[in-house]
Amino acid sequence: MSRYSAFSIFRNALSGQKNWQRAWRAAEPKPSYDVIVIGGGGHGLATAFYLAENHGIRNVAVLEKGYVGGGNVGRNTTVIRSNYLLDGNTQFYEFSMKLWEGMSRALNFNVMFSQRGQLVTAHSADQLDGFSYRANIMRLNGIDADILDRDEVRRLVPYLDFSDTARFPIHGAIFQGRAGTARHDAVAWGYARAADGHGVDIIQNCEVTGFLRDGDSIVGVETTKGRIGAGKVGLAVAGHTSVLGAKAGLELPIESHVLQAFVTEPLKPLVDHVVAYGADHFYVSQSDKGGLVFGGNLDGYNSYAQRGNLGVVREVAEAAIALMPCISRVRLLRHWGGVMDMTPDASPIICPTSIEGLYLNGGWCYGGFKATPASGWCFAHTIATGKPHPLITAYGLDRFSTGHTLDEAGAGPSAWLQ
Amino acid sequence: MLRIECPCCGLRDHDEFRYGGDASVTRPAHDDPDPQAWYAYVYIRANPAGLHREFWQHVTGCRQWLVVERDTRNHAIASVELARKLAPRKSLARKSPA
Repeated sequence: MSRYSAFSIFRNALSGQKNWQRAWRAAEPKPSYDVIVIGGGGHGLATAFYLAENHGIRNVAVLEKGYVGGGNVGRNTTVIRSNYLLDGNTQFYEFSMKLWEGMSRALNFNVMFSQRGQLVTAHSADQLDGFSYRANIMRLNGIDADILDRDEVRRLVPYLDFSDTARFPIHGAIFQGRAGTARHDAVAWGYARAADGHGVDIIQNCEVTGFLRDGDSIVGVETTKGRIGAGKVGLAVAGHTSVLGAKAGLELPIESHVLQAFVTEPLKPLVDHVVAYGADHFYVSQSDKGGLVFGGNLDGYNSYAQRGNLGVVREVAEAAIALMPCISRVRLLRHWGGVMDMTPDASPIICPTSIEGLYLNGGWCYGGFKATPASGWCFAHTIATGKPHPLITAYGLDRFSTGHTLDEAGAGPSAWLQ
Repeated sequence: MLRIECPCCGLRDHDEFRYGGDASVTRPAHDDPDPQAWYAYVYIRANPAGLHREFWQHVTGCRQWLVVERDTRNHAIASVELARKLAPRKSLARKSPA
């Protein structure tokens, strides 16, 4: 694998850009691997990369039923932040943030990580008190956080509705300056290329249809490209964890729900940060192409369809206009849906399972993208050592039966209300 | 737009309804001391990619609770029944998983 650099761009320019190597091999499955990771999204590819990079396990395959980056890693709204309240989440997402900060260099692939800052508006004194509590916890954990008053918010984002007629007047905001966005496709491609560089086989159009067992242990997988043996199998198929989990015999506290995202026609630079609306579920950033990228709530009923319903389009548009009346005449370019694993406490599940040889990474709700590097790092550790990484001990499957749920939203156990 | 054929009101847009989740789980008896049974009732879901029995309440219509059988892959609705007609609850569903 040749390294990408300014020099390689110059050298390839001399030959008309015709001699670039493909970024990763089109691998066909070998009879068996030390580890098979199911799911060629961000988390699966990151897991494979860190298995090789951190643990020296290079006889690894990533099996993807479609194409690399065709699932949720290419369907999210690319926001990265580490402003979590609860112990377990706070430290995990900050570890992820630190990995994001070094990712382009570590992968030799520009993931266009842009720390433009993220703010969440507060619309009452009480809400701002709540944000101060959160900011204090972040700072005690060494994470940057600022509380802004109304005038400071206005200086930062003057295009929000500061008029006397605003339905929910802006009271202040919580701000994390290191938060931002990244190019999501580049994250998948960067991990795929770096994992391939370590010898990992990335096998696309290879759907897992069942598991091979020896007694109670899982020793491989049945796929549309035949049987493949494995010392260990890691599931990283958030959105479809229940489907594959059922094939393995796991009973899971997960429902699949569809979440929509939107992009408008390109505008001149307007939104310099990631802005989230504290009075409703709406958040927005502006892509490098100029489109406003935004999202809102789940559609709200179990769904495996990667498309959403018009009612949510209307609700999101209403929230958008309430926060930013200036975009009322901007036209929507595209909207799409992704299938989320929703857990009853809105926190993920990464752990060994009760089945020997099977490891679980799922339940990412709508927070999976920002977690990609830390998820891969910790899942690789869990698979390699058989024990949960210290940062994910709160993400065990047993937390629901022991009462140790990590309910960041405080929304109760209904997955579709998270 | 997803539309549900309400037995009382006819074919209506789904945003007149409130979702009530999986209708195939059964609440344990009130004095059931087994934590596993409660764990399964509160948390464990089959989450099928296919036919799913689920509660919907027609909140801006007749306010009846319905049990809808819907394909989660394409939203095709196979049946709609009044939830109270399916009582007692045991007849609603398979036993809870635990």
